Amino acid sequence: MSKFKKKKGGELPAISTASLPDIVFMLLFFFMVATVMRDNTLMVTNKLPAADQVQKLDKKDRVIYIYAGKPSSRYQSKYGDQPKIQLNDKFSVVSDVGAYVLAERATKREELQNVLTTALKVDGETNMGLISDIKQELRKVNALKINYTTRIGDYTQNK
Amino acid sequence: MARKSPEVNAGSMADIAFLLLIFFLVTTTIETDSGINRKLPPLEELIDPPVIKERNIFTVVVNKNNMILVEEKLMDLSQVRSAAVKFLDNGGGIGEEACGYCEGDRDRSSSDNPEKAIISLKNDRETDYKVYISVQNELVAAYNQLRDREYIKKFPNDRMNFVEANKLYSDPRTSEKVKASLKPKLDEIKTMFPQKLSEAEPNKS
Repeated sequence: MSKFKKKKGGELPAISTASLPDIVFMLLFFFMVATVMRDNTLMVTNKLPAADQVQKLDKKDRVIYIYAGKPSSRYQSKYGDQPKIQLNDKFSVVSDVGAYVLAERATKREELQNVLTTALKVDGETNMGLISDIKQELRKVNALKINYTTRIGDYTQNK
Repeated sequence: MARKSPEVNAGSMADIAFLLLIFFLVTTTIETDSGINRKLPPLEELIDPPVIKERNIFTVVVNKNNMILVEEKLMDLSQVRSAAVKFLDNGGGIGEEACGYCEGDRDRSSSDNPEKAIISLKNDRETDYKVYISVQNELVAAYNQLRDREYIKKFPNDRMNFVEANKLYSDPRTSEKVKASLKPKLDEIKTMFPQKLSEAEPNKS
């Protein structure tokens, strides 16, 4: 009996917090690794169409991104709801695309300048007219390798 | 006075944490973008464009109501792939233009051989992008289907199809040796079924 009494009287030992920093660092590292850095804030809706015959677009340093779609809801009062092109954080018109691609190309390393791909991240609801205009601009500056960025999925999701 | 219970040894906690960290480091893949790669034609017009026979062109038109017209016939999106395969694999040529590996109908009014066959995709300015991408996807799928077939027929020991082989080839983790052995095979299949997909400028409406 005396054994039990002894235990009852003892105060709870404090939980060691020595490992807390480790856990926190672990979580930190995990999120650091798993997050994809998005260097542009999207100002357009960007629901990409689905396709399954896709090729990966790795090596981010060789890609120039062009976004297009309807302006997001908070920009609609200012810019209207017609699909627009977004280059680097601002809305642009078709004639800016060529200059943008050339400027982006100039910032890349010289050995990569000939192997650049232009990724078109275009919302599924956009009309092809805008995309054709972008393509014409790209042809003018000789940026011929393009990639229609898509979600991976069956085409029936595009309805 | 109560005896303090001994503290749990926390010295190995850091090791466990690092173990977990390394595990997640190895297993998580950073999401990469993927999409359909295309090459635009250069802007300068050919002065003397080559003459292409009508039967070697497979016209796909997507109009402003997102309806698909294949070879002047209205078609549902689900049928585009098989129609494109049928056209590419036709092999109707005779003599020098005959196609030894085609399994199609050998219809004289369709394509001579896959090397001559061209798919022309036209769209209207008001076509939806997602429909256009779906059609592109189906046409690429037709090419991939035929390339897969030929790859399996030619290299049955590899136990993979063209798409898998191509993925392996473009994977940076694949060793140089494997890449060197894959490249000639892939090139061979690509010359058998070259992807000749022309994106015409849209109709002025």
